[in-house]
Amino acid sequence: MHRFANPNRFLKLANAILPWSNGVLVVSLLAGLALALVWSPGDYQQGDTVRIMYVHVPAAWMGMFAYVAMAVASAVALIWKHPLADLAGRATAPVGAAFTFVCLVTGALWGKPMWGTWWVWDARLTSMLILLFLYFGYMALHNAFDDPQRGAKAAAVLALVGVVNVPIIKFSVDWWNTLHQPASVVRMDGPAVDPSMLWPLLVMGLAFKAFYVSVVLLRIKAEIADAKIRALRMSEIHG
Amino acid sequence: MNALLAVIRRDLRLALRQGSDSMMVVAFFVLTVVLFPFGVGPESGILERVAAGVLWVTALLASMLSLDRLFQTDYEDGSLDLLTMAPMPLSVIVLGKVAAHWLTTGLPLILAAPVLAVLLNMNSEGFGVLIAAMAVGTPTLSLIGAVGAALVLGARRGGVLLSLLVLPLYIPVLIFGVSAIDAAVMGFEYRAQLLIMGAMLLVSLALCPWATGAALRQAVE
Amino acid sequence: MTVPEPSATAPVAPIAPAASSVFEGRGLTCIRGERVVFAGLDFTLAPGEALLLLGPNGSGKSSFLRLLAGLIRPAAGTLSWNGAPVRDDREEHGARSRYIGHLDAVKPVLSVAENIAFWVRTWSPETPDVPAAVQRGLGRFAIERLSDVPGKMLSAGQKRRVNLARLIAAPAPLWLLDEPTTALDKASIKVLEEAIAEHRAAGGMVALSTHSEIALPGARTFHMDEFAVDSASAWDALDAEWEAAKT
Repeated sequence: MHRFANPNRFLKLANAILPWSNGVLVVSLLAGLALALVWSPGDYQQGDTVRIMYVHVPAAWMGMFAYVAMAVASAVALIWKHPLADLAGRATAPVGAAFTFVCLVTGALWGKPMWGTWWVWDARLTSMLILLFLYFGYMALHNAFDDPQRGAKAAAVLALVGVVNVPIIKFSVDWWNTLHQPASVVRMDGPAVDPSMLWPLLVMGLAFKAFYVSVVLLRIKAEIADAKIRALRMSEIHG
Repeated sequence: MNALLAVIRRDLRLALRQGSDSMMVVAFFVLTVVLFPFGVGPESGILERVAAGVLWVTALLASMLSLDRLFQTDYEDGSLDLLTMAPMPLSVIVLGKVAAHWLTTGLPLILAAPVLAVLLNMNSEGFGVLIAAMAVGTPTLSLIGAVGAALVLGARRGGVLLSLLVLPLYIPVLIFGVSAIDAAVMGFEYRAQLLIMGAMLLVSLALCPWATGAALRQAVE
Repeated sequence: MTVPEPSATAPVAPIAPAASSVFEGRGLTCIRGERVVFAGLDFTLAPGEALLLLGPNGSGKSSFLRLLAGLIRPAAGTLSWNGAPVRDDREEHGARSRYIGHLDAVKPVLSVAENIAFWVRTWSPETPDVPAAVQRGLGRFAIERLSDVPGKMLSAGQKRRVNLARLIAAPAPLWLLDEPTTALDKASIKVLEEAIAEHRAAGGMVALSTHSEIALPGARTFHMDEFAVDSASAWDALDAEWEAAKT
């Protein structure tokens, strides 16, 4: 439990933030859902299926955001050896993976009525799929060692290697996609988004962000508790 | 520089005396490619269409096959401790080991690839580009793979884990490698793809030995 | 590879630590896994001096030596060579230390001479005559006749002597020996004792851990279990240091 030694300050901060992030989460989620499901118009082509977008797009944002956050935490952990950064990276990964997974599932659900098929090798969906594998690799590496410190450090290096690669992968997939994809596919970024759709989208984005903050803080608190338990056990064994 | 050569010479000597690693990699490559006609049918049209993709996918699986041994034996017999203590940047040692690894596994793949291309009815227009793309692409695979191999040292189920870490990072090489060959076969310009692959090689040459060194230091700690 | 006859007049390679050189550690704390192995350990090692590490298994002898070798980063405290922090120049520290661990790092398919020659080339790239240096090392531990034998045919004791021969073949001022007597017979231990004595006489330093008897005249003795700490107080100390570092 080396040097998470001083979690007290963090715990104080986390306990101060949590009520706020929870509050923002509840309010923005309710408002966002109401805007998205009731008050926003259906698309003139897609009808009500367009409402999937209000979950799909924020999930995609958060999937990418969480990976960058994880990489930043890893860099901090490696360079300044800040103990909480390790925990933050570890806590972020499953959340980011879940967002990415939600993005893929909603993409498939959206694809069925739009493209007539569950899966299309659309450049964005493909990139998200690869991102999901990067998350899986990070989590698997984190848990692959008997010494948690070693797992944390190895995973941190992997996250940095990954974040350098993400733009390269994205660029490659875009290139590959333009070669192979018939141009008639409906792209999600088609015409500029109408304000009546943009607002619900942004509110949902805020809700997802608040959810992320709350869950990651809770997970870090849980990790600290876990580390304390391990330290107690350790001192029982070794005195 | 001398130290770099010393590392390459040692690893080549080890590989040659222990033998079989290169043979296994090539055997895996050949066998997997031979499986494809059974899977997709022997019509030359289909095979011709998928040839570039099949060759690249199997090549990157084959080059990954031998990766987990890259640092494993040094890690187990204590040599890695001593290598990280050598009075030179660890990335130089990594570079030497990767170079030796590529010479013993990547190079044989390049030599075997044209033969397999014939078996898959690839248009002969693509042969030169196939070799060129592989020559630029396989060192990149070895460099990226080295990072993964260093990260999984001492891990449970290292081999399986390695593929989970490394395969997603191989995708760009795969995309441009296949694309270059397809372009050449169809009579299009293919230089852009090769240049991009060259750029990827240079980037990984600059970053991967450093990242691998960091991972190795963690592994011996 | 052609190996010249070992000559009795082969020049003894210079160790040449500056007369003033001193290897120091202050407040060293080591954490393995999540356990504090030792904390607040100070030591000084000057030319010709030796450090003898004793203690039961798990008391941190190996960790301490690995820490001195720069393989483990101390959780707290500093290592310095002539006042310059070791972590600032790892390569320099690698050049002046020779570490003998539990594993012998002998490649099974390389001959004994090839095994040693590789390490001479990586550790002392300036060595003018590598084969002669190799023979000097083999000669010191009386294993010249094994020169062409592949590593896989060696017994444990022979492997250990090959490992030790590197100390002579690629000389350096600081020897870090982790239970070097393991698998050695009485005669070989005697040879090792002599080699260490010569090394110290020439101004070298030695830190050595052992379970068995080895003559190390004038060595300072550390009983590693005395540096063990109760984890809770060690965390408190680290907390304090961490807080201090931030302000």
